[in-house]
Amino acid sequence: MATTMITTLDRSSRAAARGLSDISIRNLFIIPTVLFLIVFNIFPLIYSLGYSFTDFRASTNAPANFVGLQNYRDLLNDPFVWNNFAITAKYVIVSVAGQLFVGFGVAMLLNRDIPLKGLLTTLLLLPMMLSMAVVGLFWKLLYDPSWGVINYFLGLGNFEWLADPKMALYAVALTDIWMWSPFVMLLSLAGLSAVPKHLYEAAAIDRAGPFYTFFRITLPLVAPILMIAVIFRTMEAFKTFDLAYILTSQPTAELISIRLYKMAFQEWQTGRSCALAYIVLIMVLAITNIYVKYLNKVKER
Amino acid sequence: MAHIQLKNISKTFGNHTALTGLDLDIADGEFFVLLGETGAGKTTTLRLIAGLEKPSEGQVFIDGVDVADWGAAERDVALVLQQYSLYPRYTVRENLEFPLKPKIRRLPDAEIKDRVDRAARTLRIEHLLDRKTDKLSGGEMQRVSIGRAIVRKPRVFLMDEPLSALDAKLREALRTELKNLQMQLGATFLFVTHDQIEAMSMGDKVGVLNHGRIVQTGTPHEIYNNPRDTYVASFVGSPPMNLIDGKLVNGRAVMAPLNFELPFSGAAKASAATDGRPLVFGIRPEDVYLESGAPVEARVHDVENHGVEKILTLRVGDATLRATVPARTDVAIEQAVRFAWNPDKVVLFDKGSGVSLRHAS
Repeated sequence: MATTMITTLDRSSRAAARGLSDISIRNLFIIPTVLFLIVFNIFPLIYSLGYSFTDFRASTNAPANFVGLQNYRDLLNDPFVWNNFAITAKYVIVSVAGQLFVGFGVAMLLNRDIPLKGLLTTLLLLPMMLSMAVVGLFWKLLYDPSWGVINYFLGLGNFEWLADPKMALYAVALTDIWMWSPFVMLLSLAGLSAVPKHLYEAAAIDRAGPFYTFFRITLPLVAPILMIAVIFRTMEAFKTFDLAYILTSQPTAELISIRLYKMAFQEWQTGRSCALAYIVLIMVLAITNIYVKYLNKVKER
Repeated sequence: MAHIQLKNISKTFGNHTALTGLDLDIADGEFFVLLGETGAGKTTTLRLIAGLEKPSEGQVFIDGVDVADWGAAERDVALVLQQYSLYPRYTVRENLEFPLKPKIRRLPDAEIKDRVDRAARTLRIEHLLDRKTDKLSGGEMQRVSIGRAIVRKPRVFLMDEPLSALDAKLREALRTELKNLQMQLGATFLFVTHDQIEAMSMGDKVGVLNHGRIVQTGTPHEIYNNPRDTYVASFVGSPPMNLIDGKLVNGRAVMAPLNFELPFSGAAKASAATDGRPLVFGIRPEDVYLESGAPVEARVHDVENHGVEKILTLRVGDATLRATVPARTDVAIEQAVRFAWNPDKVVLFDKGSGVSLRHAS
């Protein structure tokens, strides 16, 4: 049986009456998207690669001079940039681990017959659907040292969550955990409900305890989908900008994307910031690749 | 090994009644087969014994102890399901070790290895031990899941249609193996199936379940030759027992709408009360025979050749009747034949209740 990839146009349709062929309709849908991608994604990507080898400054009219790998060399030798990377790494680990723990935990609680399960799940998903900027402003109010709700309930007096150099980063991570745990929960729920019930029954008959069942059956079966959640969240956390930028200006919470922003739009070191952006891109790609490799291994087992 | 007893068990799911007033007695070391159609409540019975469900009413006894408050783990049963339920991502060996490894009652490593090897040898899966379970065929998977049951030396083996998902050849082979295994272990087996051939060939005792009730319990021989009612008669046996409406008149079986007569030798046993009362005559196809001088004429409606024998469908008036005859019998479709039955083998059922007159008293 021959199958074609393109569905043939219904000859009696209005589009056909206007003289549009299958191919022209296909083009009508695809070309705008492709153009958009080229103009706003691919072109800047390539263009900035060019800039990353120059000393271009967007704030002046001075022509860009080619400086070779100078920018990369400087950046990789800059202890401040490395410090930003260290902060970012800490942030990613705390935030993703937190989301995984909370999200999976809540999913385990929800994965049973409870009344109003659907409503509860929807409500729990709400944080994820808010805008980053809104969440940032909202949590800034919650964290407020003098009249914030958090200090009031925890009885912490005037503890300054966002101004405390040691706490600021964790405060941002906490907000991120609140916002994105539902995402992990959603994926975990899908994974958990895919574990066949008869396996649990077999395990119960085989006299396996709850922990043993969890580590030998539940976790291995949900692991691949959890890995996918981790990949998504790691990539996102690595790139976090808005949340941290809105919440705090502590140098101890200066993530790499904030450094990048400052370099590009406050110090106007356009060429150098392009180079930094590429370094970040390569790192994210590398980390993702490692995860994907690991994911495939987990799946194979 | 254990003796299992169910007393007056009822089980409802919402407003659906799965079991009503079920009594069951499975002796120690017995191979008990629970036979019934889909939805008759076989699996529910099994799950009640396993402790995966709680009865709505009634009690379950294992070795005379009421196990109402015992979980699945404490009951020490093994369950083999139709869908194998092997633990994915583990090798066969890891699957077999699983029930031996929980921390609470972990056995020494040497003992685990010994038991796993022994089970693998019994089921002839030694060469598969290091294979991942998802790379096995259906028959191999089912062997592994039986293996996982036997390593533990449970008190009872519960098997829920373990052979149904396998192809015919394999089913036959495993049937024999399972029966041998049971004799070797001397264990109590409760085997659930909808396949009457499995029930007849494996069971020491068979319980026929219909709509949540046990209709009859007995040896395969009893069930086959002396069915308690028309349900059992038509469910057990392939082709099923012929059931013909009629009456007893003066020691002869007079078929009511069909209008033919056959001699009936049990007339002496049949009391006067049975005379003239509406009855159903049950006769197994192998007890119907063709003979030139036989009393009833019929036409051959259909011939099924099974190699060792032929199954004929005979047409008398509007009704049909099955007869199993030797393969060498030469008949053609639409040919007129004369048949009779073996009068000693006829079973009488009450027309109203469907209960066999032998069981009614």
